[in-house]
Amino acid sequence: MSTQQAEPESQEAPEDPAMKGAESPAAEEQKGGGMVDEHAEKAAELEGETVHIKVFRYDPEVEGKQEPRFDDFHVPFEKGMTVLDSVMYARDEYDSSLTFRHSCRQAVCGSDAFFVNGKQRLGCKTQISDLEQPVRIEPLPHQEVVKDLVVDMDHFYDQMHTVEPYFQDEDTPPVDDLEEQRQSQENREKIKMSSRCIWCGACMSSCNIAAGDNEYLGPAAINKAYKFAMDDREGEEIKEHRLRILEQEHGVWRCQTQFSCTEVCPKDIPLTEHIQELKREAVKKNLKFW
Amino acid sequence: MYEHDVIVVGAGGAGLRAAIAAHEAGADVAMVTKLHPVRSHTGAAEGGINAALQEGDDWELHAYDTMKGSDYLGDAPAVETLAQNAPEETINLEHWGMPFSREDDGTVSQRPFGGLSYPRTTYAGAETGHHLLHTMYEQVVKRGIQVYDEWYVMDLATTDEDDPNDRECHGVVAYDVQSGNIEGFKANNGVVLATGGPGQAFDHTTNAVSCTGDGHAMAYRAGAPLEDMEFIQFHPTSLPSTGVLISEGVRGEGGILYNSEGERFMFEYGYANNSGELASRDVVARAELTEVGEGRGVDDEYVHLDMRHLGEERIMDRLENILHLAEDFEGVDGLVEPMPVKPGQHYAMGGIEVDENGQTCVDGLYAAGECACVSVHGGNRLGGNALPELIVFGKRAGQHAAGEDLGEPEIRTGYGDDVEDETDTELPVAPGKAGLETSGSVAADGGMATDAEGVLQRKVETAREHVDTLMDKDDGVQHAEIRAKLQQAMTDYVNVFRTEEGVKKALEIIRECREEYQDVYVDDPSRTFNTDLQQTIETRNLIDVAETIALGALVRDEFRGAHWRKEHQERKDEEWLKHTLISWDDGSPSIFYRPVILEGENKTYEPKERSY
Repeated sequence: MSTQQAEPESQEAPEDPAMKGAESPAAEEQKGGGMVDEHAEKAAELEGETVHIKVFRYDPEVEGKQEPRFDDFHVPFEKGMTVLDSVMYARDEYDSSLTFRHSCRQAVCGSDAFFVNGKQRLGCKTQISDLEQPVRIEPLPHQEVVKDLVVDMDHFYDQMHTVEPYFQDEDTPPVDDLEEQRQSQENREKIKMSSRCIWCGACMSSCNIAAGDNEYLGPAAINKAYKFAMDDREGEEIKEHRLRILEQEHGVWRCQTQFSCTEVCPKDIPLTEHIQELKREAVKKNLKFW
Repeated sequence: MYEHDVIVVGAGGAGLRAAIAAHEAGADVAMVTKLHPVRSHTGAAEGGINAALQEGDDWELHAYDTMKGSDYLGDAPAVETLAQNAPEETINLEHWGMPFSREDDGTVSQRPFGGLSYPRTTYAGAETGHHLLHTMYEQVVKRGIQVYDEWYVMDLATTDEDDPNDRECHGVVAYDVQSGNIEGFKANNGVVLATGGPGQAFDHTTNAVSCTGDGHAMAYRAGAPLEDMEFIQFHPTSLPSTGVLISEGVRGEGGILYNSEGERFMFEYGYANNSGELASRDVVARAELTEVGEGRGVDDEYVHLDMRHLGEERIMDRLENILHLAEDFEGVDGLVEPMPVKPGQHYAMGGIEVDENGQTCVDGLYAAGECACVSVHGGNRLGGNALPELIVFGKRAGQHAAGEDLGEPEIRTGYGDDVEDETDTELPVAPGKAGLETSGSVAADGGMATDAEGVLQRKVETAREHVDTLMDKDDGVQHAEIRAKLQQAMTDYVNVFRTEEGVKKALEIIRECREEYQDVYVDDPSRTFNTDLQQTIETRNLIDVAETIALGALVRDEFRGAHWRKEHQERKDEEWLKHTLISWDDGSPSIFYRPVILEGENKTYEPKERSY
C-alpha cells in the first residue's frame, strides 16, 4: 500500500475570512458533486489507486492556518472506503492535526456531517467511489468554524431546545403499575421517521431561510416538535401548546418549501412534508399566523 | 473550579439515567462528557431491553436465563436486582415517550432473543438504543440538568492513602476540548463514571471510536480494581469491512446463518441443536470461526446471514434499519441477498468492580453501565441485557451518589478478607507502569493533600503539567502508531480463540506499546479542539485496559462463557467460580479473586452444563 502524499498546498483561500471563526466558503459554490450511478464499477477502477481529497483547514491560533486554506491528500483507496475513512487515514498517516468530529462510524451519532462536493453529507455513510475527484471536504456552511471541519453546534442545540423537546405527559399511571400508555401501530408509524433524527445539523446548514434568519427554528427542531405533536400519547392541549410555539414569527411559516433539508437528510426524514403538515395543523386549529 | 453535588462522567444511557436519578433525589448534578450526549454510543444499540413484562413471564425466569447465560459467573444479587427492576424501568421509559414498537392492542412489543426462555426483549424497531438515548436526553433537558459537553475528563481527584479502601474521590479534572482549558470539577457527594466500553482496544469492533475505556483506566489507577476483564463478547454478526453491527434481532425474527456450502451449520454441525442461530452469542461466534477455520467460510473470512424469507413487509416493519446498514456499509441489499457477517468485539462483561449500589471500594466513586462490573453478565452477556443494566444500575448509582439509602449491599468490593491471592501464573513481562509517571501517582513533593480542594487543585496542576509535557515535545512516536499496534495485537491474540502462547505474546506487545508511549508526543500545537492530544491521552487508557484484559485471559485457565482457552477446554467450577480482580497498586498490578455469589433471594443457582 502506497503512502505517497502531495505536499499540502495552500490554495483557494475563501474571500472573506475576517471574523474569528471564518465562515466556510463553500455555500455559494455548489459544485454539482455528481453521484455516479455505477459505483461498483468505479470502485473496481480505483482498486490499487489513491483518491484525491481536498480538505478545508483553519485554526484560529496556529500560524499558517489562521487564513483558511485547502490541503490536498492522496489516500490509498480500499473497497468500501467512505469520506470519513479518507480523512481518518489522512489524519493518522499524514497530519495528526487534521481535525473533525466522528464517533460511531455507522450513521447514528450524527457527529460527522460535512460539506462534501457541495452537498451536506455524513462522512461515514458516503462512499468515496460515488464522488468526483478531487473530493472537496469542507465544514458545514452557515455555521461558525471552530477548526478545520469542526463547526460550532451551539446554535443548533439552542434551537433544538427551544421547542420543549421532551414528552409532556398529563396523567401517566404510576410506573409500578407496570401499565404502559397504549399507542396504535398507525400512530407509531406516523412518528417513526421524525424520531430518526440524529441531530447532525445537515438540514439546518442547507436551509437558506435559516442562513438569513438566525432565530428561525430550523427543520431539525420543527421535526423534533412534530414527533411530539403527532404522538397521540400527548393530549390535545399539549398539542395546541406545541403548535403555538411552532407558529410564532420564526417558526413553521418561515419555511418556503425549497426541500433542501429533505434532500440532504442522511436519515431520509421527509422534513419539508413534516413542516407543511404542521402548518396545516395550525390552520385547522385556527391559530393566527404571520 | 466548578462545583456540584454529583458529577456524572459520560452521557450515554447509564450516565443520563444516573443524572436524572440524582436530580430527582434533590442533588445538584452535572454531566461531563467528551462528546455531546446524543453522540454517545448507546445510540448504536439495536436489539432491545429485556424485561419480564408479560403475563406468563417472570423476573425469576429472566434472572435464571441471565445466570445461565453468564455461565454462572454473575453475582445473584446483581442479576436479581436487574431482573426485578427492569420491568418498572422499561415502563418508565415508555412514560417518558420512548417510541417502542407496538402490538395490535397498543401494548409495547417484545421479541425472542438469544438465550431467553421467553420473548421479553422490548424494542423500538432495530434502533432501540437510539430511542433510549434521545428519550433520556430529552428528560435531562426537561429538568435543566447542567451538561458540560465536549469536556474530556482526564483524571479523578482521589486521595492517595496506601489502601484504596481508605481513599476518597472528590471530583474530576477535565479539559474543555474547544478551548484547551483544564479545570477541576469538585463533587461534594460523588462521582459516577459512565464512560462505556473499551472496544477500541481491539482492531475489529462494533464500538465507536470514542469507546476508549477512559473510566476503566481512571478508576483502575485511582485504586478501584477491574473485574473479569478477560470476558469480552464477540458479537457473531458484524459486517466484515467495518465492524458495523447487525442486530441479533435479525436472528430473533428468524434470520438463518449459512456457511459457504449453503449448510445451516448451527444445526448441521451440532453447535446448538436446540436453539440454532439463537444460541448464546459466544456459542454462535465460535461456531462461525470454526466454520471459517474448517474451510467452509465465504471468501475464507465470513458466513452468510439470510433474512430474505422473512419477507419485505416484516423486514420493513421490524428490521428496516438493518437494510440501511447493510446497504450503506457493505453494499448489500438484504432483501435480495444474504448479508456477510463475522464476529466482532462488541461488549466487555467485566469492568470497574462495584456493588449493587454502583459504588466502588473508593468512597464517593461510582460506576454504572458497560464500564462497570456489578456483575450481571459474568462470563457472557445475553443480548438485550445491556440496556436494562444501564437504566437499572444507572439509576441506583445516581440515587446512592445523591445520598439515598438503598440498603446494605451484599456484594463486597476492594481487597478484603474474602479474597484469594493469585499465586501461580508466570508472566512474560512485568505489567504496569513504565518509566516516569506524569499523573496518577503519589505526589512527588511529599505533601499528601486530604482535603477535597487540596486534592483537586493538585490533580489539576498535575494534569496541566502532563499536557504541557506532551505538547512541548517536538518529536517521538505518535499515538496512532501505538494504538494501531495495540489493537492488532489484541485482535490477533486475545480474540475469540485464545492460547497461552498467544496471550503471552500480546502481553509482550502491550509492554512494548507502554514503553513506546514514554516517547509519545502531540504534533498539533493548537489548544483549540486538539483531537491529537485527546487521542494521545485515550491511547494511554487503552494500554492500561488492554493489559488487564490480557492478564485476566492468561490467569483464567478454563473455558467459561466468552473466554475460550485452547489448553483448557472445560469449565472448572471447583477452582473458578470466582471473579478475577486486577488492582493497579500504584503501578505494580496485583491479581486476586473473589468468590461468585450464587445464593439468590429465593434459591441458589446450581451451575449446570450450559447447552442451547
